[in-house]
Amino acid sequence: MNHLRFAALAFVVAVTPPSGGLAAATHVVVIDRMKFGTLPAKLHVGDTISWVNRDLFRHSATARDGSFDIDLPAGKSGTTVLRKPGAIAFACKYHPGMRGVLHVVK
Amino acid sequence: MLKFFMTAGAAVLLVAIAPAQAADAKPNDAQIAHIAYTAGTLDVAAGKQALAKSHDKAVRDFASEMVRDHEAVNDKALALVKKLNVTPQDNPTSAALKAAADKKRDELAKLDGPAFDKAYIANEVAYHRTVNGALRDTLIPSAQNAELKALLKTGLTLFSEHQAHAEHLAAHLK
Repeated sequence: MNHLRFAALAFVVAVTPPSGGLAAATHVVVIDRMKFGTLPAKLHVGDTISWVNRDLFRHSATARDGSFDIDLPAGKSGTTVLRKPGAIAFACKYHPGMRGVLHVVK
Repeated sequence: MLKFFMTAGAAVLLVAIAPAQAADAKPNDAQIAHIAYTAGTLDVAAGKQALAKSHDKAVRDFASEMVRDHEAVNDKALALVKKLNVTPQDNPTSAALKAAADKKRDELAKLDGPAFDKAYIANEVAYHRTVNGALRDTLIPSAQNAELKALLKTGLTLFSEHQAHAEHLAAHLK
């Protein structure tokens, strides 16, 4: 029993990020009916955006600065890890009227 | 030249849409489904013609997008009419749309290279502008079923994006 507890504790320690940093979060952005859904208000470097395309159509999440370009066939998902702070404008490259801005802080 | 094509295409299609509006201001859901499905099918055919003829990457990408998006929305429309147990009903507007598109396809078949690209994209601008006008002013307000109305609204958003994309391409092909 004690061994098991120790093993579990060791595992928790192993997956916890280095002390001092915030745990990286995953934020889901749903795409439906030709729109990007609500964007997360607080994003940090290291966070992940999970783009979930629930629409009938193929879309993409494409950063204007070229930092990411995620292809999203209908019904599929993709992820972006945020590597730098700042305002990152993005759009769907197939339907450029679908767009938004990610605000990322350190 | 481009303006001429756009105007000519728009004029043909405006005439095509007009009869149903004049004869029957409010098409029923079975007719609306038929018009929307026909409009999609015709643009898929136009896109396939462009993929067979054009060598311009931007034009081919646009044509692929038209085929993909219009097939997706038409698949959804077919599933919806089946679910609602509605049989799409042929009508003068659908017939006129088809006749105009057949004529345009024959015209485009005679062109090649940049002349084809310009004429295809100009017609896509005119076609989407006209279909979007019909969706916004006639088809969406007339639709009775909420699911059909919602699908038409998604269609209008989608086709407005296509119109903007086509206008953007047309400006670069001048």
